[in-house]
Amino acid sequence: MPTKLGYAAVLAVLAASAIALAGPSGGNISGKVTYEGTPARQKPIDMSKEPSCASQHPTPITTETVVVGPGNALANVVVYVSAGAPDESTPPAQAVSITQKGCQYLPHVVPMVVNQELKVVNDDPTSHNIHPLAKINHEWNRSQPPGTPPFSEKFDKAEFIPVKCNVHPWMHGTFAVLKNSHYAVSSGDGGFTLPNLPPGKYTLTAWHESYGDQTQDVTISGNETKTINFVFKAKPY
Amino acid sequence: MRTNKMKSIRLSLVVLAVSAVPSVASAQQMESHIGKVTGHSESGKQLFYRYCWGCHGFRGDGNGENWLAPGSWLEPYMNIQPRNFVAGTFKCRSTPTGNLPTDQDLYNTMVRGVINSNMPSWITLTDQNRADLIAFIKTFSTRWKNDKPGDPINVPPEPKLTADSIKHGQELFQKLECWKCHGQEGRGDGPSASTLTDSNDQPIRPYNFAVGSRFKCGVTNQDLYKIFMTGLDGTPMPSFADVIKPEDAWDLVHFLRTLQVTHKSPELTLWESTKEGAQQVASRRVSGTPTGSGIKQ
Repeated sequence: MPTKLGYAAVLAVLAASAIALAGPSGGNISGKVTYEGTPARQKPIDMSKEPSCASQHPTPITTETVVVGPGNALANVVVYVSAGAPDESTPPAQAVSITQKGCQYLPHVVPMVVNQELKVVNDDPTSHNIHPLAKINHEWNRSQPPGTPPFSEKFDKAEFIPVKCNVHPWMHGTFAVLKNSHYAVSSGDGGFTLPNLPPGKYTLTAWHESYGDQTQDVTISGNETKTINFVFKAKPY
Repeated sequence: MRTNKMKSIRLSLVVLAVSAVPSVASAQQMESHIGKVTGHSESGKQLFYRYCWGCHGFRGDGNGENWLAPGSWLEPYMNIQPRNFVAGTFKCRSTPTGNLPTDQDLYNTMVRGVINSNMPSWITLTDQNRADLIAFIKTFSTRWKNDKPGDPINVPPEPKLTADSIKHGQELFQKLECWKCHGQEGRGDGPSASTLTDSNDQPIRPYNFAVGSRFKCGVTNQDLYKIFMTGLDGTPMPSFADVIKPEDAWDLVHFLRTLQVTHKSPELTLWESTKEGAQQVASRRVSGTPTGSGIKQ
């Protein structure tokens, strides 16, 4: 018994010091997503069939299948822990949201955790229908006329789901339903950060809607910031 | 000698083919309940591989030999792809969008057939046959094992038909922007109509009310009510269940009937008896002769 207690005491001290050293946050992974090659030219969208949206864009917006930034930065890439972290049975309490504004999805890529609440908002003076083309989850299709309150949905399986509006065929987006909340979407400069990772061995996956996905393994030991970069091969068409 | 060898090869091929059939279907056993009739997938399997697989395919994925995907080395024999039972998404349901249909919904589709497609009405089969088939097609998707069909939506009793109800329905048709696809006169020629595709990226047309053909999911006013309250999953037609109140929904049903200018209905008769309605219907009717003389443009 005494030895057991002794072990427990040592463990407790060790754990306390570990927490004091590392803090409750754990390690971080940050990096940059870039491309090499020539990305597809994005075409301007003709919204003349929907004047209420066209008038919201003094200069026509372009398609968003590949969004790039200076220094070959690649935006809208979902970087997430695909292995090594446990599946989260209780989703984050806070809802994620997607807004339809100017006949565009804001944001273009919406990451969320399985069973997390997704709030769909229509900020346009026109009707939209939200149609996630799910294959693993259930496909649904709901109309949202102007002025109707936001509605909530959730997806109960992990999947990258293309979403579209049939009324405005240029509207495309993605619901990235993931198994845990260790994810980030690369910003306009290609940067991303995954904070608060407990020590462990992880597989990191980066997904892009046009260029597919790639993975890298990473080991986090304590309070450190690892740098992981992804490079996608851009196709000109 | 040679013929014997050929025979044995042929025999082994037959044995292979026969043994392959159960390997697909024996994955799970299913039942269906249609009123008092209980269907069994084991019996339905025999019927499926006799009547259905030519179109719906050996694996039930809608890739039967009568339908070949566009771009394949043969042109498709049919221009509408048969239902893919593996995907488990169905148009004609009494359940909310995103839900499985009830057994009765599937049964009704089988009895009714699907107008403007190659799916015939299977009234020649017995009730038991059809129930067995429903049980069997539920073995193709794991959705049937993991999910329950949703609860059918509530269709309140139809209120009395009045001209005001039709007028209000017309306002809703504008407000909800049904015309974006179906067109101002319901001819299926709205501004978005030409761009519509189904969930398999196949072109699809919105319903043309002026032609007045039967609706895909049943001919009654209740069926029409259900179409826009449940949505036709797998197509661009969304569910309006969250945005239309039940009493408003009936007004919309009454108005939609007046768009069917070639289809006699109490709604059309009443609407034509009002001054506004008579003008509207007259302007929507195309009159003329088959030779083209006197056709009003």
